[in-house]
Amino acid sequence: MADPYETLGVPKTASQDDIRAAYRRLAKKFHPDLNPGNAKAEERFKTLSAANELLSDPAKRDQFDRGEIDGGGQPAAHQPSYRSYADGESGRRYGGEDGASAGWSPDDLEAMFGSMFHRGASKAGPRPRSGEDRHYGLTASFLDAVNGATRRLTLPDGRTLDVKIPPGTIGGQILRLRGQGDGGRNGGPDGDALIEISISPHDYFTRDGQDIALELPVDLADAVLGASIDVMTPKGSVRLKVPKHSESGTLLRLRGRGVPAHGGLAAGDLLVRLRVMLGPVDPELEKFLGDRAALNLAEQDRAALKRDEQPKQAEDAS
Amino acid sequence: MITIELAVSELGGVTRPELEDWIARDWLRPDLSAEAILFHEIDLARARLIGQLRHEMDVNDSAIPIVLSLLDQLYELRRSVSALSRALRDIAPEQVRRDVIDHLASLVR
Repeated sequence: MADPYETLGVPKTASQDDIRAAYRRLAKKFHPDLNPGNAKAEERFKTLSAANELLSDPAKRDQFDRGEIDGGGQPAAHQPSYRSYADGESGRRYGGEDGASAGWSPDDLEAMFGSMFHRGASKAGPRPRSGEDRHYGLTASFLDAVNGATRRLTLPDGRTLDVKIPPGTIGGQILRLRGQGDGGRNGGPDGDALIEISISPHDYFTRDGQDIALELPVDLADAVLGASIDVMTPKGSVRLKVPKHSESGTLLRLRGRGVPAHGGLAAGDLLVRLRVMLGPVDPELEKFLGDRAALNLAEQDRAALKRDEQPKQAEDAS
Repeated sequence: MITIELAVSELGGVTRPELEDWIARDWLRPDLSAEAILFHEIDLARARLIGQLRHEMDVNDSAIPIVLSLLDQLYELRRSVSALSRALRDIAPEQVRRDVIDHLASLVR
């Protein structure tokens, strides 16, 4: 139960006059007939009335101070409120000038719609003005821009904004954070924070729309024999099968491993271009190639010999 | 409807001369006829409110007409707004109602 002294904001030693004054001050503020449609004021007023009823009666106040009754008091007797009549049709009795002109006049309508829709209505006081938009920049990493991320931006005034970078963000894209710009005036809406995203390049990935390109070094053995190689993608590594006899420059496509689907765009692919690297050379390989080269040379010599002999055969035939 | 005598006993703490004074000042507008002064429910509730303003909130007699006039304007406006809401509810197509609600919501964001 609420402490009635606390409710009225007076000390336990307050005089009856202090209590009356405190109640009077709060009742003016929270009387429900003066705050129609405001449930909080009504609730507050009920508590005030109960507290006042208890403390304004010296006998009850003594009982409360001795702990014989609690602060809940008696619920105030229900009396029909003025607002319940004034809000309804019967309220017309006290409406308008001299109670004569109830209802709508064109001026009323204009003033009402004007103010309801924040247009015209010059007599409605200072016009609401929207706050200004504010521009900021934020650099996102390549992978944050591809996968989406939330990054904290510290503003010049010390405020921080949590900026949600959506998946598939491209450099130069502007994100709008509603209501985070300058404050509106006279009830106008706050401005927005406009954040231009720039993207730092990645060491290995480059982006082309929804696709992401990656150059993958493979050694001679894997290129010749074929292999399964772990390849990094924007979302962790996956195994890629390199077919045997792969040329340098071969393009392999990992479907759906590019920029994730977003905003109606399907997920892109990861395009892996093989680059065959020689690396340290095995002496066996060198020997093999050397022997082979010698063999080729010998074969070429033999072929040349044959070519030299052919014209003679032709002459023989003629 | 009840007579002024009954109203006095209903209200408690408000005297008949006070009520007559308020009627003379046009703070209260019960039905007046040659034979009787008849209070509607709303007159009774308004008299109770005037009593609270004067006795509990210590609003003095020169301020009461200002308070009442502002209250009358407030409630007139509330009746107009609720009549407008009912009109929208009863005759406006669903889409229009939704558009109005969305538009109003966008203004107060």
